[in-house]
Amino acid sequence: MSNPQQLRYSKEHEWLSAAEDGVATVGITEFAANALGDVVFAQLPAVGDTVTAGETCGELESTKSVSDLYSPVTGEVTAANQDVVDDPSLVNTAPFEGGWLFKVRVAEEPEDLLSADAYTEFSNG
Amino acid sequence: MSTVPPSPTPRTPRRTALDAVHRALGATMTDFAGWDMPLRYGSERDEHQAVRTKAGLFDLSHMGEITVTGPAAATLLDYALVGNIGALAVGRARYTMICQEDGGILDDLIVYRLGDETYLVVANASNAQTVLDSLTERAAGFDAEVRDDRDAYALLAVQGPESPGILASLTDADLDGLKYYAGLPGTVADVPALIARTGYTGEDGFELFVAPEHAERLWRALTEAGEGVGLVPCGLSCRDTLRLEAGMPLYGNELGTHLTPFDAGLGRVVKFEKTTNGGEFVGRMALATAAELAAVSPPRKLVGLVAEGRRVPRSGYHVMSGSATVGVVTSGAPSPTLGRPIAMAYVDAAHAAPGTAGVTVDIRGSHEPYEVVALPFYKRRT
Repeated sequence: MSNPQQLRYSKEHEWLSAAEDGVATVGITEFAANALGDVVFAQLPAVGDTVTAGETCGELESTKSVSDLYSPVTGEVTAANQDVVDDPSLVNTAPFEGGWLFKVRVAEEPEDLLSADAYTEFSNG
Repeated sequence: MSTVPPSPTPRTPRRTALDAVHRALGATMTDFAGWDMPLRYGSERDEHQAVRTKAGLFDLSHMGEITVTGPAAATLLDYALVGNIGALAVGRARYTMICQEDGGILDDLIVYRLGDETYLVVANASNAQTVLDSLTERAAGFDAEVRDDRDAYALLAVQGPESPGILASLTDADLDGLKYYAGLPGTVADVPALIARTGYTGEDGFELFVAPEHAERLWRALTEAGEGVGLVPCGLSCRDTLRLEAGMPLYGNELGTHLTPFDAGLGRVVKFEKTTNGGEFVGRMALATAAELAAVSPPRKLVGLVAEGRRVPRSGYHVMSGSATVGVVTSGAPSPTLGRPIAMAYVDAAHAAPGTAGVTVDIRGSHEPYEVVALPFYKRRT
């Protein structure tokens, strides 16, 4: 699997797009999606929620487990991906594209987000 | 994102004879009862559906085989287990249990009668040592030998509606004559095998006990034979959802030493009318009491729950009625067949009737509505 170069990554296996007009997109990585197995339920933060970097903001449920979803940045949620709520398997089939989870107006960004290469090394370690 | 709960790996897990095959197939492996086993090869839901509609191939070599032989093999098993094992015909198999003196379930087992004086007992991987120790201890005074054959067998299962055709292309054995819960020695793909028509999926299927050195050859032959009809390799994840849909208990979830077979709704496996050993068997007295109690005032009942929403109940979650806890979930998963989360749960008798209103499951603080249904969730058309 390859992690897109233009994204940045958290050690909790979320990815973050470059912000456009201050709004960035968040999803989980292919590595995380593979580790989870088939995702069957997604609880995403609601539009207007404030999310905090490194804190829980939702959950993803797969056949075998339930996992907390962490926000990689602090800010206000501007969109949640209804397609994923309706069809959580998008997280497995297109984690970096149609399987995105939410968009956030970034107020604050932690300094320890990883580049694609650093994340690849981290997740293979 | 972190998966909870992580399962600790206390020691280096054992690998089956098919380990290299699983790795070459890119399987996601998991530690299960001390064994490194394939959890899934791709999508576990696709694997599940393949077994329901076509066929799936499983490595079950973690299961614990124990051979019991000798002139008193039958009477020993009648004494050591709750079933009427001596009455089993050669070539047939039986689902049974081994209990403690207090009636608590040590394990659930499948016992094959391979000959007049030869039985194969198949225990769960997690309990194999306990079963071996208990059988050995209970064999004192019987003219019978209890042998640890865990390393003597690899176990492959081919399950699903296409499995008879796949197997028939590889063996001359009379599969039409092989009934459900029967087993006969034969040859599959030139490999000597005990061919059993058993499984843990709710589908027609076979379990093949072979020498470990033949496992890979058999796996490849089955894979090739099944290629045209949709056979796929299947991991333990879909095995769990398949058995759950079929309403089959899993030791450690629905069964344990704190429960008798009657508590688990499986009192039918206990046979009080045995003719050997003067009718005596380990646990008899406690089980007779448990049987009476179950008939008069059953404490909790094992029921099925079907979600109205999409959140999945997990083992240990509380079943609620209003603000009162009325039961506990023992197994839960999203059901690929029903398209909704399902669970098995022990529920107070007053709330256990199918259709009981107002039952919820406490899913991490949120009370999600659930429908009480009779087990199983899924039954194949025959």
